[in-house]
Amino acid sequence: MSTPQPNDFSVVHPIDHLMRADRLPHILCAGCGIGTVIHAYVRAIDESGTDPDQHVCVSGIGCSGRAAGYVNVDSYHSTHGRALPFALGIAVHNPSLTVTVISGDGDLMAIGGNHFIHAARRNVNLNVICINNFNYGMTGGQVGPTTPIGAKGTTAPQGSIEHPFNLPYLAKACGASFVARWTILHVRQFTDAILRSMDKDGFCFTEVLSPCPTSFGRRNKLGEGLDEVEMYRERCHIENGAENLQDLDIDIVDHEQPITVGNFVDIERTAFHA
Amino acid sequence: MSSKAAQKQAAPDSPQRVLTGRQFMLGDHACAEGALAAGLDFFAGYPITPSTEVAEHLASRLPAVGGRFVQMEDELGSIAAIIGASAAGARSFTATSGPGFSLMMENIGLAAMMELPCVIVNVQRASPSTGLPTMVGQSDILQARWGSHGDYGIVAYCPSSPQECFELTIDAFNTADRYRIPVFILMDEVVGHMAERVEIPEAKDIPHVPRKGPRTAPGTGQFLPYAADADLVPPIAHAGDGYKVHMTGLTHDERGYPSLTAETHDKLVHRLVDKVRLNAADIVDFEEQDVDDADCVIVAYGCTARSATAAVTQARAEGLRCGLLRPKTIWPFPEARVRRLLEIGKVKRFIVPEINLGQMRREIERLTQLPTLRLNHAGGAMPTPNAILEIIRS
Repeated sequence: MSTPQPNDFSVVHPIDHLMRADRLPHILCAGCGIGTVIHAYVRAIDESGTDPDQHVCVSGIGCSGRAAGYVNVDSYHSTHGRALPFALGIAVHNPSLTVTVISGDGDLMAIGGNHFIHAARRNVNLNVICINNFNYGMTGGQVGPTTPIGAKGTTAPQGSIEHPFNLPYLAKACGASFVARWTILHVRQFTDAILRSMDKDGFCFTEVLSPCPTSFGRRNKLGEGLDEVEMYRERCHIENGAENLQDLDIDIVDHEQPITVGNFVDIERTAFHA
Repeated sequence: MSSKAAQKQAAPDSPQRVLTGRQFMLGDHACAEGALAAGLDFFAGYPITPSTEVAEHLASRLPAVGGRFVQMEDELGSIAAIIGASAAGARSFTATSGPGFSLMMENIGLAAMMELPCVIVNVQRASPSTGLPTMVGQSDILQARWGSHGDYGIVAYCPSSPQECFELTIDAFNTADRYRIPVFILMDEVVGHMAERVEIPEAKDIPHVPRKGPRTAPGTGQFLPYAADADLVPPIAHAGDGYKVHMTGLTHDERGYPSLTAETHDKLVHRLVDKVRLNAADIVDFEEQDVDDADCVIVAYGCTARSATAAVTQARAEGLRCGLLRPKTIWPFPEARVRRLLEIGKVKRFIVPEINLGQMRREIERLTQLPTLRLNHAGGAMPTPNAILEIIRS
């Protein structure tokens, strides 16, 4: 394969057809991990060999909620917290569609938490990607339901005093058929987790840790986006099939603590088909 | 044949979508049957008195005719699910009452903004808050019009009998699809829990207004999901149709892309309001009794109109020139008809009995300088014919 010349515009990026290039430039900050998540999602569509017309992307509100606006499939940017029931309506009415929800930790787990536990309990045929950046980025860095104890936000200037959700543990307890946690460093494994979710019937959940240098990283001495990814490289250890999900809390203050990632749950459980 | 017997007949081995014939049924059940006759595909709801019978009825009837029924975790989920199903092409529906209606308000705005048609029945009970859950109210009239933040257009029907619960539910689905808006059926506990004869026509005689679809093929890149026709309504493409639409609650341009400018916003919101306002003549529906020579006109809707009908009949027997204007669409309000009555000049006063503290009276007062007499109950009881008659005589 010959190397494309710099001025050769006949060569297109292999995922161009899955992106809304006419929406660029995007709104995301330098060092943000959401773009990597979007890339992994469209890469998974591409690698799945399925018809992009049969894919639907639904999101809620927040920086992560903007993901639906950049992907070139039928896409719906719904209201804060309601991406899951909106997606349920699509998936239940037309079961031939592959419906993926991409949204943030605040959207899916705080304001949308009730829908999350019930969608997992029902085992609705949805692929859910929760971009966890530990805070409300779009509104400027408030703490949320996944902010680790001790981490700072504008609404917890001395550090959060609340216990955060451990998302894989929560998803498994609620009945999800597939549960994974990766970071945006682990693009290959993360893309494979999305591919597995697209292929699998039932509620599939992947948490992906993602830097928010603008609103979270700088307040918590995590440096730039790249520095946080470097932290993932140093601290993450892969434990596919990990049994001890209750021990998977993330410590953002003590950098000696490992962060466990992997595909944790992949079970057969009757999916919801109304 | 009772509705129970009819249901039995229609049970799984021979599902029957339209229960053609003479039925005897609850208003709530007639509303559910209207939805089925209109081609309902998807129902999502949460139990709440006095609307629960709508959901219960559909739980057995809808799957039997190939539709999908989901009991959601709350009303926030119910409304989001029916909007999502609508995005995938479903005729979708939910049933609730005041507290649930309040919870749905944010996403009613989303349905208006995304222009995804859906139908919501609110069987009204005495409010505010939990109020009198099992007793009648009509106090969500203004909430239906203005409840979600911002300006947008909606249509609300107000049936006075089980027969109208059936018929106006069909109209509601057609209007929702015709104008791409959320449409309400504002029932009340009395009408919802009353059993009467309901005549159901043959399936071929049920009016059906389809959604306008794209006029260009998918994949050509020529389809603009929010480019409206002269009637201000854009054609719709559904999830899976191949048009790769983007829909958002953010202010958006004709491509559906966020366009966060004052200019785009002003244009979009004007269109959302105008597509109902400027098409009002085609949407508005009302009935009249003895209005032509009347010097006193009662304006009443829902169960209250039943008392008003009796009162007008009695008043006429006593030689009083009294009539009834009964809006079947309470939004848009039959404003042109009221203005016409004022032009004709025979009407000297209006009487507005309501089970709220004057929500529709406000409309009449806005339109006329004539005396507008009130008969209000906050809820739990409906005005009797005699109470209305006394005001007519006064």
